[in-house]
Amino acid sequence: MSRLRGWSVAAVAAAGTCGCNRIQSALAPAGDQARDIGTIWELMLWICGSTYLLVLVALAFAMLRGHGDGHRVAGERTIERGLAGWVLLIAGLLTVLTAASFAVDRRLHATPENPLKIQVTAKQWWWQVDYLDPDPSRHLTTANELRLPRDRPAEIQLRSADVIHSLWIPALAGKEDLIPGRENRIVMTPRQTGDFRGQCAEFCGLQHAKMALDVQVLEPAAFAQWRNAQLAPATSPVSASARHGERVFVSAACALCHRIRGTSAGGVSGPELTHLASRRTLAAGTLKMDRGTLAAWLADPQAHKPGVDMPAVPMSARDREALVDYLMGLR
Amino acid sequence: MSAPAAPVFPDDEARDQARKELAATWGERPGFIGWLATVDHKRIGRRYIVTAMVFFALAGALALVMRLQLMFPGGHVLGPDRYNQFFSMHGSAMMFLFAVPVMEAVAVFVIPLMLGTRNLAFPRLNAFSYWVYLFGGIMIFVAFAMDVGPEGGWFGYVPLTGPEFSPGKRTDFWAQMITFTEVAGLSVSVALVATILAMRAPGMTLRRIPLYAWSMLVTSLMVIFAMPAVMLASTFLISDRLVGTQFYNPAEGGDALLWQHLFWFFGHPEVYIIFLPALGMISSIVETFARRPIVAYPAMVLALVATGFLSFGLWVHHMFAAGLPPAGNGFYTAASMMIAIPSGVQVFCWIATLWTGTPRRVPGEPGRQRIAVPLLFVLGFFALFVLGGMTGVMVASVPLDLQVHDTYFVVAHFHYVLIGGAVFPLIGAFFFWFPKFTGRQLSERLGRWSFWLMFAGFNLTFFPMHRLGLMGMPRRVYTYPSGLGWELPNLVSTVGSWILAAGVLLFVLNVVRTLLVGKPAGDNPWGAPTLEWATSSPPPPWNFDEAPVVKSATPLWPPGRLLPVMTGLARHKREALVTSSTDAVPAVRWALPDPGIWPLWSALAITVLFVWSIFQAKGVAWGAIPVAIALTGWFWPKRSQPSLGGAKEK
Repeated sequence: MSRLRGWSVAAVAAAGTCGCNRIQSALAPAGDQARDIGTIWELMLWICGSTYLLVLVALAFAMLRGHGDGHRVAGERTIERGLAGWVLLIAGLLTVLTAASFAVDRRLHATPENPLKIQVTAKQWWWQVDYLDPDPSRHLTTANELRLPRDRPAEIQLRSADVIHSLWIPALAGKEDLIPGRENRIVMTPRQTGDFRGQCAEFCGLQHAKMALDVQVLEPAAFAQWRNAQLAPATSPVSASARHGERVFVSAACALCHRIRGTSAGGVSGPELTHLASRRTLAAGTLKMDRGTLAAWLADPQAHKPGVDMPAVPMSARDREALVDYLMGLR
Repeated sequence: MSAPAAPVFPDDEARDQARKELAATWGERPGFIGWLATVDHKRIGRRYIVTAMVFFALAGALALVMRLQLMFPGGHVLGPDRYNQFFSMHGSAMMFLFAVPVMEAVAVFVIPLMLGTRNLAFPRLNAFSYWVYLFGGIMIFVAFAMDVGPEGGWFGYVPLTGPEFSPGKRTDFWAQMITFTEVAGLSVSVALVATILAMRAPGMTLRRIPLYAWSMLVTSLMVIFAMPAVMLASTFLISDRLVGTQFYNPAEGGDALLWQHLFWFFGHPEVYIIFLPALGMISSIVETFARRPIVAYPAMVLALVATGFLSFGLWVHHMFAAGLPPAGNGFYTAASMMIAIPSGVQVFCWIATLWTGTPRRVPGEPGRQRIAVPLLFVLGFFALFVLGGMTGVMVASVPLDLQVHDTYFVVAHFHYVLIGGAVFPLIGAFFFWFPKFTGRQLSERLGRWSFWLMFAGFNLTFFPMHRLGLMGMPRRVYTYPSGLGWELPNLVSTVGSWILAAGVLLFVLNVVRTLLVGKPAGDNPWGAPTLEWATSSPPPPWNFDEAPVVKSATPLWPPGRLLPVMTGLARHKREALVTSSTDAVPAVRWALPDPGIWPLWSALAITVLFVWSIFQAKGVAWGAIPVAIALTGWFWPKRSQPSLGGAKEK
């Protein structure tokens, strides 16, 4: 039960009592692209909804009428005229919908001005996020979180390191696949600050269900501040326990897969951990980031996300405690 | 109501004598061997239907367990591995082992009767098809029971199903199951096309072919064009996995999207392969109960043909999120939207038929008004399928699809289209043709209960999924967190799934009860207009004493009219009439083959080859030897050559 609770909190308790959510819903757009698609949805709902009702009403009349003259074929001319009218009506409505669809599609694919360039690489079952910059020293790598400035288009290059995944942040934009051997692109322009959630939409194996992405839209100044803070190397541990934890990290198996800038840990197959404690979730949105869940995760990753590559690294309770102290200090 | 027996026999004695001769010729060996060796399209059709319904029940049971897992957030009914196997099996079995085969199965039974002929063309190929299908289905379910069931979805996207990410034999069993069902599907389709084009009753010109037969003709041709694509795709996959080819490996010059193109080039027509036969069933039912021919027959035929053509031009709408060029996507949007036009034409024509007919009149009981159960299921079709069609128009739009693709919205959409558009008409067709299948009539009272349970359960299960998808819930997740507003729709959906299952179960009980104590049906209990109702219920092994001759599209209307026949078919050989394909002018008397065990041996030999080749590439070579032996036995010239003479009209 506690595992369930932790995960629920990780999904951010944003759902009100109305039974809807504003963090992962196409019905609550918070960016240009999602809003454009929302207009298509409303147009569709009206046109298709009224056509549907029209068909049902006609059917009800046909059934209730019930005084036709059986085997005699009557009124073929009228029926043919009706059929022609019906086909013209459908064709007209479809033309409207197709045209609207083209128009919105063009907007989705428009080249943005002065975009923030990001590269997302999907791996089973987490997201590596790279903020690109012409100056290599300002290139930033993080994992499982995407922070965006409000009102600036983000142009995201999409790659996959293994199987096909799909990046979907419904409140900001539609989805786009990440395909090995190809590079796709998606643009999203957030217009509201706040917390959002993205999730892998293409079935990608055992833990497809637990491959989420924590998304935050920040004011431009707050975003710049966050980005600069992330560029700094890891905070040096202060307490004796945390210093011991750092030694555990670099000498145990952890360092084989994870990188912490400023230490000798330089693995690249797992998520970058330099500012781990500044993130809000753990294991790609599976758990809320706090001391307790981090300790539980390190003790037995397979219990929380069966099949994940991360093993339970054998260590003494004291070492693990120290490791948690160290990691919780990586802000 | 039914057309009287042909007046060709001077008296009853002559008729009985003729029937005795026919029974001697068309009779089967008694016992188990006879059961295995039969080539009677009715026996094969019945067992095909029963088998497909068993797979339907199994795949449905898997869905019920998945709904239990998703009933609450963080469920513990199934682990991730189990869940992935469950949804992969559910989809694969529903598509490959239920939906397509059951539609072909009904056609195998009904089409020769509806066309007034004595058997399906190539009866042994038909028997062979059933056995291959049965063995393929058993193989995949045995593999599933032994924990080597598929785990990559019914769509099997590479590289997830490739050698690197799907080690073991799970995907190989799945890919080989596709090969089995495709061989079976192609065999039956060839037989259906030949029957519809060349064995129609004299006088059944193109303008007089029942719409159900038209729908099966288009469907079978679609199978013949679409299925090779998926066989190619699955064969590439097996060879990537088994012998190290690199068709789908981008690192070696292959392409992961190649799979998707090949698969959906088959996969989208597949949906219409399931759906078009249902349209034909609806035409039969609407026509019968409206008591008038379907209006605008040429428009209906053209709509079927247009749907068949268009369905090959819209596979890319499954790939809008794959990053293909926007201009290309636009083309597929337009093509996908266009398919609403032929569907709209048919919906209009059916409603117009009901409008100008008397759909609630009960034959023989003036003054009483009632909707017969087959028609009730067709009305359910309208309510469900048209809604599914509307969401289909929505997902055809690239931008909207980018939001709802791979979410529960799409799950809702295609269940409305497939259950509403195909399963509801299918159950209606079972009620409609059950007298022909068994000689008995299903209980209408239980039928009404089934209908309302299924209708309510279906909507409770699938309508909330539209909202779930828009609210961000992706498909194929074994669990989900709370706090996103997904709890209530999921709970409702699970409750609904059990109500839907209760409706299906009641239908099964109805069938069992009817087989035990059902009331015998007359030859034509519904007063229907087509030839399958001109013979007894169930029909004799030879279907018709003499070949019926057709002079209109509704040969049994007006009721009580004499049905003309053509004599001259030999009774000491299994002769059927071959007619010309446009005007159905009698051309040749064709002696169809006797029952035989070779189709079964051939199917067994092919099964050995297919299963062996899952494990070793050399299985293809060595396994070919028994196949060659069995096929040689099958095609060995018979001592009594079948006649293939000219037909003469009498």
